[in-house]
Amino acid sequence: MSKQDEVWILGINMTKFGKYPDRDIVDLGAEAIQAALKDAGVTMGDIGILAAGNLMGAGGIGQMLQKQVGQTGIPVYNVANACATGATALRTAVMAIKAGECDYGLAVGVEKLAGAGLLAGANRAEENDTWTPEGRFGAVVPVDGRIGTATMPGVFAQIGMEYGHKYGGADFELFAKISEKNHSHSTLNPLAAYNKEMSLEQIMNDMMIAYPNTRPMCSANCDGAAAAVVVSGATLKTLSLEQQRRAVKISASILTTDPWQEACQVLPDVNTLTRNAAKTAYEKAGVGPEDLDLVELHDCFATAELVHYDNLMLCEEGGAVDFFNSGATWRTGRMPVNVSGGLQSKGHPIAATGIANIWEVCQHLRDECGNRQIEGAKVGLAHVIGLGSACGIHILEKSAA
Amino acid sequence: MSEPIPIVNYLVLGEAPHLVSYECTNCKARFFGRRNACASCFGSEFNQVEVATTGELRSFTIVAFAAPGVEVPFVSGIIDCDGTSVNANIINTKPDPEHVVLGMKVQLATYSMGADADGVEAIGFGFEPIEAA
Repeated sequence: MSKQDEVWILGINMTKFGKYPDRDIVDLGAEAIQAALKDAGVTMGDIGILAAGNLMGAGGIGQMLQKQVGQTGIPVYNVANACATGATALRTAVMAIKAGECDYGLAVGVEKLAGAGLLAGANRAEENDTWTPEGRFGAVVPVDGRIGTATMPGVFAQIGMEYGHKYGGADFELFAKISEKNHSHSTLNPLAAYNKEMSLEQIMNDMMIAYPNTRPMCSANCDGAAAAVVVSGATLKTLSLEQQRRAVKISASILTTDPWQEACQVLPDVNTLTRNAAKTAYEKAGVGPEDLDLVELHDCFATAELVHYDNLMLCEEGGAVDFFNSGATWRTGRMPVNVSGGLQSKGHPIAATGIANIWEVCQHLRDECGNRQIEGAKVGLAHVIGLGSACGIHILEKSAA
Repeated sequence: MSEPIPIVNYLVLGEAPHLVSYECTNCKARFFGRRNACASCFGSEFNQVEVATTGELRSFTIVAFAAPGVEVPFVSGIIDCDGTSVNANIINTKPDPEHVVLGMKVQLATYSMGADADGVEAIGFGFEPIEAA
């Protein structure tokens, strides 16, 4: 990639994740946008494209946000890609810059999810007086709970258990230990929705949601937003030395979907598309997993984090259990994973997640992460998975300026 | 008496209840739902084939907390039925990790979901452990 084609993050921000009963998605999105613009040292007047994500609202979040922070007539792309929505928004802005359409782009993701409860399990409606086949499968009743589970904690529990069946060593306690790590990491993150240390016993004895995932092993529903300003490499060179020093290079911005696999119609395959995205990302960035100083990966459930150690090739194939047990993924280990606290404690306001994890990596690369700084961090990776499925991976590098 | 009705159209009732699947005539990929083209090879011809009624439990979860109206706990399992993956509840055993074990052999089992106002009985299915001989 020539310098001319490079795209950089010039400014980025995430709101504190948590509960905002008195603020709506426009308030939260606007806060993140204005803070990201300030961080970048530009205004809405400089921005040539806006990509905006929000899953649970009524639609048109991009235009709603323009009306709140600046209506300049630029193109807006409202994007939706399940939990990969934020990463998709960022990649949309990156592509517009690579296509030469503009010099500056803005991406934002925002969600209000506090108190949302279980996702994707349809509430069972009143049943008919007579058995009536409906839908593609001619079902006479809603099948969630009668033919497997449709809810996320159960789906991802099966994904983790499948890994355990294939390679061994993954039991309830191991998955709970992964959660213990992330809750411990979150104590250093003031922007996390929850920053309480939790012991292994507390985690294992908490309310069971879908074995082996107890409540603290599930991503925390909460409110929040994140936004990023991206800039072309050519334009960055015209900016101040301070802006160049703090800019973070996007060495790879990859989006994949799930290619056909035998079992994918009954259990989403989150593995192949992540591995494909990781391979492409490492190739594009010219780095390998061994070069990463930190990783923020999509730990929507403790059972998911385990399989992504393998999918992102942080360990050898089949070696995720030993890799975790070595202590490598704690913040003091050789490959810190989810030092933000991850989705289990930082929280998971869906459309914000795919930019918030990039904010976390950027803070470390800029050496601005306070007491949770990973010392000397130069290269980081941020990963999200949206079921359906979509995988977004960004590899980020510290500026040499 | 009316004929009983299956919970879904890919459950075939009768003396030997079994699941059926569409199979791509070109690459043999299988789909429970109809497809315009094969998701694997894009071929557009399919046969209906029977899915094996026995298999191995490749993954499971015990759902303790579900949407309103869904009875818990229940076990959702992924079963490898001779190369065709099936998602179904594991039934006729206790829903706990002592009784539901990865790798265990299971077989298709049906059960009555009750009769409707017209007296038509609906039949559901799950997979139950095959008792060790």
